[in-house]
Amino acid sequence: MADLDAFRSETRAWLEANCPAEMREPVRDEDDVYWGGRKATFKSAAQKSWFEACVAKGYTVPAWPKAYGGAGLDAAEAKILREEMSRIGARPPLSSFGIWMLGPALLKFGTEEQKVKYLNEIARGEIRWCQGYSEPGAGSDLVSMQTFGDDQGDHWVVNGQKIWTSYADAADWIFCLVRTDKTNKYQGITFMLFDMETPGVSTKPILLISGNSPFCETFFDDVKVPKDQFVGEINRGWDVAKYLLGHEREMISGAGGGDRNSAIGAAMLRHSGTLDPILRAELAMFDVDALAYNCMGERFLDEIKVGKAHPAQPNMMKYAGTELNKRRHELMMAAGGSRSLEWDSEETGGGKPSRNWLRTKANSIEGGTSEVMLNVISKRILDLPGA
Amino acid sequence: MPLYHDDDQAMLADSARQFMAEEGAINKQLRHWRDKGCKDGFGHELWKQFGEMGFTGILVAEDDGGLGLGNVEAGIVLEEIGRNLTPSPFLTSSVLAATALAQGSDDLRGRYLPGLLTGDSVFAVAIDEGAKHHPEAIKTKAEKSGNGFKLSGKKDFVIHGASADMIIVAARTSGGDSDADGLTLFAVPKDAAGLSQDAVKLVDSSVATHMTLDGVALAGDAVIGEVDGGRAVLNRMLNAGRIGAAAEGIGVARGAMDMTVDYLKQRKQFGKLIGEFQALQHRASHLYSEVEIARAAVIKAQQLLDAGSQKAELMVSVAKAKVGRTANLAVREGVQMHGGIGMTDEYDIGLYMKRDRALSEFLGDANYHTERVAQLNGY
Ligand SMILES: Cc1cc2nc3c(=O)[nH]c(=O)nc-3n(C[C@H](O)[C@H](O)[C@H](O)COP(=O)(O)OP(=O)(O)OC[C@H]3O[C@@H](n4cnc5c(N)ncnc54)[C@H](O)[C@@H]3O)c2cc1C
Repeated sequence: MADLDAFRSETRAWLEANCPAEMREPVRDEDDVYWGGRKATFKSAAQKSWFEACVAKGYTVPAWPKAYGGAGLDAAEAKILREEMSRIGARPPLSSFGIWMLGPALLKFGTEEQKVKYLNEIARGEIRWCQGYSEPGAGSDLVSMQTFGDDQGDHWVVNGQKIWTSYADAADWIFCLVRTDKTNKYQGITFMLFDMETPGVSTKPILLISGNSPFCETFFDDVKVPKDQFVGEINRGWDVAKYLLGHEREMISGAGGGDRNSAIGAAMLRHSGTLDPILRAELAMFDVDALAYNCMGERFLDEIKVGKAHPAQPNMMKYAGTELNKRRHELMMAAGGSRSLEWDSEETGGGKPSRNWLRTKANSIEGGTSEVMLNVISKRILDLPGA
Repeated sequence: MPLYHDDDQAMLADSARQFMAEEGAINKQLRHWRDKGCKDGFGHELWKQFGEMGFTGILVAEDDGGLGLGNVEAGIVLEEIGRNLTPSPFLTSSVLAATALAQGSDDLRGRYLPGLLTGDSVFAVAIDEGAKHHPEAIKTKAEKSGNGFKLSGKKDFVIHGASADMIIVAARTSGGDSDADGLTLFAVPKDAAGLSQDAVKLVDSSVATHMTLDGVALAGDAVIGEVDGGRAVLNRMLNAGRIGAAAEGIGVARGAMDMTVDYLKQRKQFGKLIGEFQALQHRASHLYSEVEIARAAVIKAQQLLDAGSQKAELMVSVAKAKVGRTANLAVREGVQMHGGIGMTDEYDIGLYMKRDRALSEFLGDANYHTERVAQLNGY
């Protein structure tokens, strides 16, 4: 306990010294966070200095071992860092699919060589990764994917198409599910890693209802992938893919993402002096659910560290967390009234309220839909027949 | 502090689970006393067994002969009480009254705690005036009279009032009906002159009273805490009671959910187990998710309360509101997914529905606590 208290005060002092005031303001949209990669630029000097301080300390990935670019914090220390960051409202220094998705999968399934190379690149924000799972004919039913890798001895030749690939046009590398055995549905997929600049890879952005185009169609046309660029075992990529999905769902759920109670009610009252009684009631019911969900997030992270959480619990977290986030944005739109409808005005930062509201609708689709989450809970947690 | 039970708490949970499943089971307690038309609505033998197990003294300080534990531990016992619908005066005596008495004089603690520890005494609390919980306004008056007080007023929803040896009454010693200050808590013995109670059986077979205080004369030593400073004592007692009721509610919700999920795996229609229908799977999974979240809120509030945190009050209301809605969902889905059999008295799921209704009304329903959350959040 004394050690932890000391760690808390050290952390507090370090954050005080290294986290610029600008980096303690709420994240308004994805641009406010640094995503790293070969093509990345910093939005401000503060963003750069905060990122660099964290890289040096291992705080972009605090719980990863030091040899892989982390700070080697244990569960209790990592929790304290989370609490202290959330206390001052510190933004994450770096966000990436590498941190949330590929990293945990490599930590579990990667070779030592892969861990040293890829994890350090992720921790330092050098390489930005994208996720090549979904295909036009394989969404919720992901395992029916068709992109095929033809074995040519020392390399595969990959052909096929992925879709909804987030940030494919901004990413440097892709982790990708490729069928390497057409006769075996579950045990015929290999989890490959390759550079998006490899000849034959092309991307085509797709415009979202929010007016942004953060995801793409991704095409593979005779793409050569060296035979050592896979994770786990050949034809056993489904195990890696599923493990990674657990982490993806945990991330999308927002567990540990700090205070989700966005205090919309108090802000609105301050702003306009009144609050419609029915809206107020809905806000209050939302706050109850959101504050309770925060507790669940804390409990989930505590339990998962000591193996007390049900292994399928990330699915429940994702289901509840994303449904809540959608509701939050519905309420913010209602609270904002006609102002929040503005699509490109300066006052709304270029339509942030409405664009963010629309973006949240994807939360319960990406990474597995809410319906699929409920299916998984039915099968793996409640053990219901035929689920 | 991690948000799960430590080893000692897990051990307590094991013994509480086993004890309640055996001794506090629905057939042995709730149905037995209900069908006998018991005037108390619970069994005194079981209450003494609570004493032997040490449960009665969980919130009583070690110096007073108790276990000196906290709201987390009391909640562990309450969750099992909820799951088995075990009727007992635990919540009113060992949680509410014990929390209030802990702030009382040596004399009061010496007078009442020994009987509580052995399970010989039963205590009740008289707070509500009217059909809804609204302790912000208390009309019952306590006027100075010689060295003591004379209490006059009416109280409702006094659970176990008719069986209680002592009832804690919140009354106004100064100020207007809605003032925060000016309240005082009194320990009123059951045979005090001028105290009369009208017992009513409730939907869940528990027994409450409408209480009339008609110039009940009490000596000054019946005051718990400070004269006019009762709001602080009352709030502490309410926090403990509310989170206790929420913990019991989680037990009710989990009991109803488990029964329902089991039923989905047994009942066949259209040549299939009904649990194969996705419409029911999704509803059961949604319920599971809500119950897990509500349970996390309860543990968090218990821990904050035990740590004396300033955030405890908000989280207690979050937990009580969340459990109120969640347990209600559990029993409604429970009855519906059982079909016709869910409507029969013979089957237990309906008993869960009745208990949930009474329990969530106690010390403020989900609406009351949602309103409090809005206020505590500044709107
Ligand atoms: C913003 C965004 C970003 C994304 N980023 C990526 C990415 O980076 N990489 C990537 O690979 N993919 C990505 N995806 C794709 C995402 O994983 C898929 O959209 C998702 O898995 C659903 O597949 P689908 O779109 O084909 O919908 P479908 O599977 O066609 O689903 C349509 C509807 O049917 C329901 N449904 C389907 N099956 C069942 C069932 N068994 N029971 C009940 N209901 C069912 C669904 O819940 C849904 O409501 C992203 C999606 C979005 C929206």
